[in-house]
Amino acid sequence: MDATIATFLIQDGLTNGAVYALLGLALVLVFSVTRVIFIPQGEFVAYGALTLALLDGGRVPATASLLICFGLLAFLVDLWTMRRGTSTAAILWSVLFNLALPAAIYAVTLGIAPLALPSLVKALLTVAIIAPMGFYVYRIAYRPLADASVLVLLIASVGVHLAMMGLGLVFFGAEGLRARPLSAGSFAVGPLLVSAQSLWIYGATIAIIVGLYLFFEKTLLGKALRATAVNRLGARLVGVPTQFTGVTAFLLAATIGAVSGVLIGPITTIYYDTGFLIGLKGFVAAIIGGLASFPVTAIAAIGVGMVESFTSFFASSFKEIIVFGLIIPVLIWLSLGAGLHEEE
Amino acid sequence: MTADLKHTLPGAIAIVVLALVPLLPVPPFWITLLNNIGLASLVAIGLVLLTGVGGMTSFGQAAFCGFGAYTTAVLTTAYGFSPWATLPLSLIAGAATALPLGLITVRLSGHFLPLGTIAWGLALYYLFGQVELVGRYDGISGIPPLELAGHRFLSGQSIYYVIWFFVIATAIGARNLLDSRVGRGIRALRGGGQVAEAFGVDIVRAKLTVFILAGIVAALSGWLYAHMQRSVNPTPFGLNMGIEYLLMAVVGGAGHVWGAIFGAGVVLILKDLLQRFLPDLIGSSINFEMIVFGALLVTILQFARDGLWPLVLKFAAKRPTRQPAAAGSLPRRTMPAVGTPLLRIDMARKAFGGLVAVNDVSFEIKAGQIAGLIGPNGAGKSTTFNLITGMLSLTSGSVFYGGEKLSGMSPRRIAKHGIARTFQHAKILPTMSVLENVTLGAHLRGSAGVFKSFLHLERQEEATLLAEAARQLERVGLGANMHRPAGDLALGQIRILEIARALCLDPTILLLDEPAAGLRHAEKQELSALLRKLKEEGVSVLLVEHDMGFVMGLVDHLVVLDFGTLIAEGKPAEVRQHPAVIAAYLGEVAA
Repeated sequence: MDATIATFLIQDGLTNGAVYALLGLALVLVFSVTRVIFIPQGEFVAYGALTLALLDGGRVPATASLLICFGLLAFLVDLWTMRRGTSTAAILWSVLFNLALPAAIYAVTLGIAPLALPSLVKALLTVAIIAPMGFYVYRIAYRPLADASVLVLLIASVGVHLAMMGLGLVFFGAEGLRARPLSAGSFAVGPLLVSAQSLWIYGATIAIIVGLYLFFEKTLLGKALRATAVNRLGARLVGVPTQFTGVTAFLLAATIGAVSGVLIGPITTIYYDTGFLIGLKGFVAAIIGGLASFPVTAIAAIGVGMVESFTSFFASSFKEIIVFGLIIPVLIWLSLGAGLHEEE
Repeated sequence: MTADLKHTLPGAIAIVVLALVPLLPVPPFWITLLNNIGLASLVAIGLVLLTGVGGMTSFGQAAFCGFGAYTTAVLTTAYGFSPWATLPLSLIAGAATALPLGLITVRLSGHFLPLGTIAWGLALYYLFGQVELVGRYDGISGIPPLELAGHRFLSGQSIYYVIWFFVIATAIGARNLLDSRVGRGIRALRGGGQVAEAFGVDIVRAKLTVFILAGIVAALSGWLYAHMQRSVNPTPFGLNMGIEYLLMAVVGGAGHVWGAIFGAGVVLILKDLLQRFLPDLIGSSINFEMIVFGALLVTILQFARDGLWPLVLKFAAKRPTRQPAAAGSLPRRTMPAVGTPLLRIDMARKAFGGLVAVNDVSFEIKAGQIAGLIGPNGAGKSTTFNLITGMLSLTSGSVFYGGEKLSGMSPRRIAKHGIARTFQHAKILPTMSVLENVTLGAHLRGSAGVFKSFLHLERQEEATLLAEAARQLERVGLGANMHRPAGDLALGQIRILEIARALCLDPTILLLDEPAAGLRHAEKQELSALLRKLKEEGVSVLLVEHDMGFVMGLVDHLVVLDFGTLIAEGKPAEVRQHPAVIAAYLGEVAA
C-alpha cells in the first residue's frame, strides 16, 4: 500500500463514515426520545437513494404512490382509534395530514418529475416524499405501542423493517440503481482527487450536526425532546406532549434517512435491501456510543467507515464480518462497566 | 372425567394425530411442511424460554442452527463420523457459541443482546459463506442420513418421527424446567431481577442458562435439518430466518412452550400459502411474505401482545392445581444464641451525587430482637435496608453479620447468610401463582440444576420446597389463596405474601419494609402476633414502619433516622421522650 492508496482509502472511509454518522445520530435521537430502536432507519436510506435515481431518469418514483398508501393506512388507523367518538377538528386534521398531504406531494411529483430538474430540486423533492413516511410509520406501528417495553418496541421495529424492505422490493424491484451526483466533477487538492459529491456529503453532515445542535440547544421543541429523553414521565408532568416529541423524532429520523440516501445514492449502487446494511453500520456506531452519546456516535461512525474502507482493501471478503464484529469488543467494554443492582 | 385427564387429553390426541399423519395418504408436501414446522418449533421453543420467560430476545437463533448443521456436515462428510456421534458435538457447538455472546451481553440492559445478535447473525452468515472448510456459499452436500438399527431415515416420512420425537421431548423438558426451582429463577428475571437476587438467584447465571439452552435447541434443529436435507448452505441460517423464528415465538405467545409449536405452524403454513397462491393471484413472482410477516409481527404486538396461543388456551381445560404433598421438611438453620450481636452497621454512608441519603449511621441488632427503624419520609430508612441487603453499595462504612463483613457482597451472597427482606414497593411476579412466588423464597434451600430439572428428576426436592412454601403461606394466613395468580391479591395480602416468601429462606433476620401498610387493624394484630412468634423461635426482625402504635407495642429496640442521620436509639419508651425525635416528627417549635 502506498500513500496514494492510503489517502484514497481514508477519503472513502470518511465519506461513508459521514453517512453512517448521520444515521447513527438519527438512531440515538429516536431511541433516547421514544425508546424505539429504529431498525427501519436503513429503509429510508434505500427509499431516498432509489427515489433520486428514478427522478434522474425522469420517472415518477414509486415512493410517491407508496406515500399515498402509507397515508391511507395512517388515516384508517386514525379512524379506528376514533371509533368511540371524536371531534370534527380531529377528523379534519387527520384528512389533512394523512390524505391531502401525500396527495399534494404526489401531484407535485407527477407534475415535475418528467421535467429536466436541477439536481438540488430533485434532492429536495426526494426528501419531501420520504420524510412524511417517518410520521406515518410512527402513527401506524409505534404509537399504539407507546407503553410497551423496549424489547417489544424492538421486535416491532424488526417487523416494520421487514414490511418496509418487502415494500421496497415490490415498488422498486430487485434491480439496483445508482443516482447521478448532485454536482459532477472533482477537484485536485494536492495529491488528492476530491469528488464534488463527497464535498456535498461532508457539507450536509456538518450542516445537519450543527442544525441538530442548535435545535436541541436553542429551540423550545428541541429542549422538550431532550426533556423527554431524560425522563418521559417528568416531561409529561411539566406539560411536554410526549407524543408530539415522538412524532418529531421520527420525522427527523426519516428526513436524515432520506438525506443520507440522496448523499450515498450517487456513490454506490443501491438495491432495495442495501439500506438495511447501511443502517446497521450506523447502528454499530450508535452502540459504540451506548445509544446515548451523540458525539461518541459521530466519531465512532467515522471509525466504522475507516475500518470498512481499509478492510475492503486488505480482506475484502471479510469486510462485513469485521465491521459487524466491531461491536463485540464494544459490548465487552460496556459490560465491564455495567452495574447489576441499580433500580430500573 | 378427572381434571387431570381433561387437561392431558387434547395433548394425547394431538400426539396420536401427529403419529398417524405419515401413515395416511396425505400429499408428500404435507410431510415436508410438518417436518419444517417441527424443526422450526425447536428453535421457537428456545426463543419462548428466552423472550417470553427470561425477558431477553435474539434475532440470531438461525446462526446457532447453522453451527449445529455445519458441525455435523463437516464431521460426517470430511471425517467420516457417524451422524449420531455428531449429535452431542453439534449441541456443544451451539452451546459454545452462545456462551461468549451471552457472557458479554447479559450484564447489559436488555436491548444490547438482541442488537448484538443482529450483528452476529449477519457476520456469521457472511462467515459461513467465506470459509473454505464449510464450502463457502455452495455449502456442503452428501451428508449421510440418520441410521437406527439398520434402518436409514431417507424419506420424509421416516425422519418425521425422529424430528417430532425431539420436538415433543424438548417441549416437555422445557415445561419441566419452567416448573422447577431453576425455572422459577428464570421466570423471575422478567420482574427486573431484584427479587430473584434478593432470594439468592444468580441472575447472570440464570440469563446465561436460558440463552445457552436456546442455543442448544437451535443447534439440535440444525443437526436434524442437515440430516433431513442431506446438504447445507448459508441461506437458511441468515438473519431473515432468525427474524422468522422470532415471529413464530411472538405468534405463539410469550411464555407458552406449546405456543411455540403453534406459532411455528401458523407462520410456516402461512408462508407456504403465500408462496403458492399469491403469485397466481396477483400475477407477480415477487415474494410478499416479508410484507405480510412484518405487518403480522407489528399487528400481533399491538393487539395480542401475549400471542395467539392464550386465545387457543381459552378453549382448553385449565391445568389442574395440585395441593403440595406433605413432603419431608427441609433442614433448618441453627439460630444464633439470643442476645449475641447479630447485625452491626458501622458508619454506613450512602451519597447519591451531592445528596447524602445515609450519613455515617451506626447501630446494632442483637439476635432474638425485634428492632424498629423509624423516621420521617426521606429519612433514609429504605436506603439503609438496601445497604444492608447489598442492593446498593456503600459509599463508605461497613455492615457486619456476626463477625463477617457483608458490605461489598452481592445481594445473593448476603441472602445466603439468612438475611431475608420484603420491599417497600412490593415486588411480586403477578402472573405466577401465590405458591410459586413464595417458593422462590426457598430457592437457596434446593440445589437441583438445569439438567435434573429438564428431566424432572428433582421431584422429591421440588415437592419439599413447595410443601415448605405452602406451610409458610398457611402460617401467614394466605393458605386459601395459594393457587391464585399473585397479581389478583390486594395490596395488604401482597405484603403478607412477601413475608411468607422471606420466611421460606429460613432467615435468621427478617428485614421488613413497611409490612403493615395497607393492612386492616385485625390484620395488623395478626402480623404482630406472627412477629412475636418468630421472635420466640429465635428469628430477629428489623422493620421500617410508620404506624407508631404498631411499632411501639412490638419492638424491643428503636432506631430513629432523620435526614439520613441517626438522632436517637434505645427502648421505645425512652425514644418516645427524646427531644430530637419529637422535634423531627412535630417540628422545632414543639421541642
